Amino acid sequence: MTNTTDIELNEFREGVSAWFNENKPSDPGFLLPETFMEVGTDLQFEFLRDWQRKVYEAGYLGMAWPEEYGGRGMPQVFQDIATQEMASQRLPFMPNTIGLNWAGPLILKMGTEEDKQKYIKNILSAEDIWCQGFSEPEAGSDLGNSQCRAVRDGDDYVINGSKIWTSLGTYAKYMILLARTSSSGANKYAGLSYFLAPMQVEGIDPKPIQKLTGEYGFCQTYFDDARIPADCLMGSEGDGWNIAMVTLTFERGATGGQAGGIATMELSINDVVELSRRAMRNGKPAIEDPHIRSQLVQLMTESRGNQLMSARARIPALATDWPAAVPLSGKLRGSELKRRMCQLAVSLQGANGARFVSEEAIDGGKWQRSYFNSFSGTIGGGTSEIQHNIVGERVLGLPKS
Amino acid sequence: MSDQIAFSEEQAMLLDTATEFCRKHSPIETVRARLGADQIDAATWQEITELGWLGINVAEEFGGLGLGLSCVVPVAESMGRYLMGSPYSGAIIASECLATSGSRTQKEEWLPKIVSGAIGSMALTEPNGSWLLDEIGAQAVERADRLELSGTKCFVTDADTSDFCIVSVNVEAQARLVLVKREQIPAGNLHREVVIDETRRSYQLDLDGITVPLDQLLKGSDFQAIEFASLLLLSAEIAGGLVGSIHTIVEYLNTRKAFDKVIGSYQALKHPTVKILLDLEAMRSHLYHAATRLAEGNTDEAEVALRMAKAHGSAAFAFAGDRAVQFHGGFGFTYDCDAQLYLRRALWCQYQFGDEAYHRHLLEPMLLDQTG
Repeated sequence: MTNTTDIELNEFREGVSAWFNENKPSDPGFLLPETFMEVGTDLQFEFLRDWQRKVYEAGYLGMAWPEEYGGRGMPQVFQDIATQEMASQRLPFMPNTIGLNWAGPLILKMGTEEDKQKYIKNILSAEDIWCQGFSEPEAGSDLGNSQCRAVRDGDDYVINGSKIWTSLGTYAKYMILLARTSSSGANKYAGLSYFLAPMQVEGIDPKPIQKLTGEYGFCQTYFDDARIPADCLMGSEGDGWNIAMVTLTFERGATGGQAGGIATMELSINDVVELSRRAMRNGKPAIEDPHIRSQLVQLMTESRGNQLMSARARIPALATDWPAAVPLSGKLRGSELKRRMCQLAVSLQGANGARFVSEEAIDGGKWQRSYFNSFSGTIGGGTSEIQHNIVGERVLGLPKS
Repeated sequence: MSDQIAFSEEQAMLLDTATEFCRKHSPIETVRARLGADQIDAATWQEITELGWLGINVAEEFGGLGLGLSCVVPVAESMGRYLMGSPYSGAIIASECLATSGSRTQKEEWLPKIVSGAIGSMALTEPNGSWLLDEIGAQAVERADRLELSGTKCFVTDADTSDFCIVSVNVEAQARLVLVKREQIPAGNLHREVVIDETRRSYQLDLDGITVPLDQLLKGSDFQAIEFASLLLLSAEIAGGLVGSIHTIVEYLNTRKAFDKVIGSYQALKHPTVKILLDLEAMRSHLYHAATRLAEGNTDEAEVALRMAKAHGSAAFAFAGDRAVQFHGGFGFTYDCDAQLYLRRALWCQYQFGDEAYHRHLLEPMLLDQTG
């Protein structure tokens, strides 16, 4: 299938659309999470895992991954169409996010034949859930400073230390783990190694952390003399930093090769506008309140400006003074906008703005929860304050703070 | 679906040339020397004319380049960046107004003149400060084959040197446009106004006693075209002004020391400066999106984009000017500090053709009350 015609693609799109329409899951009766980082209950997890399996079995996940490992070996464009359809029908996301988007493409790129045979199919089917062990309590953004130790002992490595923000830690069968195998070497990066580590091992203990929402969405994972087989090492000892950097290019979407499927439920300002037609303020829909109307328009303006920036960034002649301004500010702009949209969504609900996740709350309390969860964007991956420093220093050339 | 933002080779070339031109002709010393000037800078105007910039938006059949308003944006943006005081925007809006509301004869008479350097200006606003262009107090009454004008217009820029003004008036309760030539305005009817942006040469025009032949009444009365062109050029000027104010702020933050540290290292100054930068990036995206939609003739989308650009830009530039003054500390409080020039320019731009609250209010029904 090298020459795909538009007709084929259109037919395919119609087929996909029809399948999702017929097979989309019905309302689970409880509030679903919006990203894999927010999966907090067994009910939520099982619902999403079943949904991923169903999509995979229907053939709409990993379509461009090699057939011999469980994919379908088709051109990427088919997967893109299927993914777009999931987004436009606003379907639940694929929960095995780290497997599908980071670990999977990494294994396909750098893993051994045995790795590929062992892991890829079960990533797609959600049989094996993957988590990530990069950040540590004392090494957040400073990944190179990881202190978790892996010491070779016969046919095993013995792991000691801890990792934090392990999403899906209690459900995961495997972890992509960055650990220190040596403290000597040219620099702090040289002693790092990379493991495809099993999680169901004595001495590995993922302890759920309660978030500000009251839910449990991620873990701190403790390693206490945990023994993992030595063949879990990816590459050689000391390759860890380089492999972690390759992983990050998949994580940030800078490199293609992901399995496809949506990873989050996108929130747009139009959702807030739609809410404002239903939510009441003093007996009238919030959208009739002059103050709310003005705030909605302001955020719509900001949201549109944000969207237009990527179009403009593609025109070098319009980015002469500070060419890095748009690319380096993406996370800052997106995460702050989302936080403020959620804030507005809560603030337009009248007295019901004070409710939280419950039947009585508007949309089950989704907006309050989204607002609290939106801090994961403004804090994770470098806080907005750090992002301001980065843009100020690297884009405007201001001195370091 | 076409591109969200299109940027042609002509636009890129004009942006390049105009940036260089304004940098050379409007360094900050020149801007300061010309504050409150009695005359326009005739030599620079001559060069602008020779460069063909007055004909960018004028159709080829009238001697112009026929490139459309979207190609004027880079020029207006560059002028804004270097705080250039010039009758340029007024002249462009006047030619746009003639092109959209003038009769064939009126266009044939005036457009070639504008292309070769005649200065036109717009007389729209009145003492009540209203932004509603077609709610007009001024009158034009037909008497003995002439139109007799009455009323008062404000913020008529460069009116003293304009070859003609286009004046909005009521004719038999209809909002209309009438062209008034310089020789038809008695000297005593023009009064220089004290305005916040001293790079602007702004006049009050008393219409009482002015009469013009009937054929100077424009055939059409396309006020929307006037508003769109004005919003586009003001937004371009704002985008340029934001770029200029960021450079001014960053330069000071990188040199001034306080408590043994360069002040740009303090987050209290650094973070709002980043906010100004990101506001510029957003507003400039709205601006070129608006230019793209206007060029396509997509009036509905152009209107949304223009109002978004002006709303976002008005607030952002006013904030930039305000912070520029504050960040310069004691020096910022003096007339010698350039920060005030940007603040004054920002406030002029903010209050001409609608501030951010006004445009957001107009956007509300367009964005919130349409279904489907």
